[in-house]
Amino acid sequence: MKNILSLQLPVEKGDYDKLPADFYKTQTSQTDEIGFWRSSWRRLRENKIAMVSLVIILAIIVFAVLGPILSPYSYDQQVHGDENLWPCLKHPFGTDRLGRDLMVRCMTGTRISLLVGVVSAIIVMIIGSIYGAISGLLGGKADTIMMRIVDIIYSVPEILLIVVIKLVIDQPLTNLVDNVPFFHPLQKLGSGLIAIFIVYGCLYWVGMARIVRGQVLQLKEMEYVTASDALGAPNGWLIRQHLLPNCMGQIIATMMMQIPSAIFTEAFLSFLGIGVSAPMASLGSLTSEALSGINRAPYRMLFPAVLISLIILAFNLFGDGLRDALDPKMKKR
Amino acid sequence: MAMFEKILKRVLLAAVSLFAIITITFFLMNIIPGDPFMSEKATEETRAILIAKYGLDKPLIVQYGRYLQNLFHGDMGTSYVLQKGRAISTIVTESFAVSVRLGLKALIAAILIGVPLGCIAGLFKGKAADGAIRVISAIGISIPGYVLAAVLMLVLAVNLKALPVSYGKPGGEVMPIIVLAVYPTCYLMRLTRASILEVLGQDYLKTERARGMGEGRVIFIHALKNSLIPIITYLGPLTASILTGGFVAESVFNVPGLGRYFVNAISARDYTLIMGVTVFYAALIITMNLICDILYQVVDPRIQMA
Repeated sequence: MKNILSLQLPVEKGDYDKLPADFYKTQTSQTDEIGFWRSSWRRLRENKIAMVSLVIILAIIVFAVLGPILSPYSYDQQVHGDENLWPCLKHPFGTDRLGRDLMVRCMTGTRISLLVGVVSAIIVMIIGSIYGAISGLLGGKADTIMMRIVDIIYSVPEILLIVVIKLVIDQPLTNLVDNVPFFHPLQKLGSGLIAIFIVYGCLYWVGMARIVRGQVLQLKEMEYVTASDALGAPNGWLIRQHLLPNCMGQIIATMMMQIPSAIFTEAFLSFLGIGVSAPMASLGSLTSEALSGINRAPYRMLFPAVLISLIILAFNLFGDGLRDALDPKMKKR
Repeated sequence: MAMFEKILKRVLLAAVSLFAIITITFFLMNIIPGDPFMSEKATEETRAILIAKYGLDKPLIVQYGRYLQNLFHGDMGTSYVLQKGRAISTIVTESFAVSVRLGLKALIAAILIGVPLGCIAGLFKGKAADGAIRVISAIGISIPGYVLAAVLMLVLAVNLKALPVSYGKPGGEVMPIIVLAVYPTCYLMRLTRASILEVLGQDYLKTERARGMGEGRVIFIHALKNSLIPIITYLGPLTASILTGGFVAESVFNVPGLGRYFVNAISARDYTLIMGVTVFYAALIITMNLICDILYQVVDPRIQMA
């Protein structure tokens, strides 16, 4: 007996076993993926504030990446006789009390700050989306327990815990990096920076996990997901093909918002004296170092402060625009 | 009753979170090698006496039990480095009073400025006022607190000599309050604007308009009331951000508040004091969040509590 409705699938009852193993692929793979990205890009391009922010971000990246290569000085080079200079032709941003050129220090500082932002966003994305996806897919008791853990971490004031964890892991981490040959390649990064990554990785992923889980729960109910599940698609394929691409918009938007907040927090840690370790400098540590000599040498504060505020501002505005562009249904702020 | 159950669940979550942060802080602080008397020029003997006196020779789990027990009675231990021998609970209660005085003023300023400006931005979406407010709030949340503090100090105190540099003289409170209030004010602006915009799109407003209600009444009676409710939830994080802002404002302007103690304790590595202040702040923030959530639940029972 052939039902008219079953014409849509070239199968009859009992035929499922005879199907090719990758049948689910031909039937339910996503085809409008390009359309989504293209239309998002169009929406983003129309947002003037976001585009200006993007240009600023790109300019700052160029400044940070190419600057130190072109500069005649290195970030820890002490030019004797050039101590405490105000901005001049030779040193456009001036020098500090050890005779180090502030422009090149700002450039490498921008590198470090951007690195802090981007790497923590990636860490948060990986941990958060995997955790959230697993929790949402498993459902039931496992989901409840996993989300309770998230709730607890979420309601703990993170800035306090960041300070405490950072204080504690600094010393052991330095020993580890310096003494264990396996970790020697990390020496260049400095233990302060690695500690910051670890701390962010411990705490900041919960927001991302919640968002991804919510999205997964919603998608699980969609007919096309049920359809490919019924056609025998393995879980891994479901995640790669349906869940991840559909969560991507929210994941990217959340990641973009994580970047400025990570840079902001690093600046705060630098103010407390527990940011990246010297002689390395981030924009946060440059500004907080300048704090003590603010009356005599305000120029030392000026450039890194303007840079860090500009970076955070540009990422905030761009993130806002990106979220609106990627998720026009939920235009909320 | 469903509501009661939800609130009970929320209280339980708060209790577990607090317990978790106490436990984590305690064990983390004990991982640090050495004891608080390492730096002292004391003989082995006196050191041993001191260690025995503070019970640091007992197994960790016993120390932990005693710490919990003492904490329950409001005893947070003794400062070993910064203010030798003084009880941390005394330091906290004394200096926190100063922080509260500043913080409350900043909190009120943030609400009085942030919420109305956010309303204006939301109601005049796309107009010049909205643009200006959005730009200001975006800048405000992008400047690190200590940079703002330095700029204020340089401009208002050093160059214009309009305000005293240090806290304690008349007008000395103004700059710390500004530093504390800027971030929450700007955040509140964005939040209020978003909330208003969401409510303005709701169907029941269309209904009221269709029924012939005047635009002014629609906005003031329905839109504003409903859009201000979600802002309650921000009061918890607001407290947290004023507390952390206090670390910066109090140390830059030399205010003898708890924030400055915390910063000093970090640079002096006074671990018991760090631990005490952390637990105290955590308890405060968690309680504030709890109160806000319950309040929100009572006002708007549709909301699913976390």
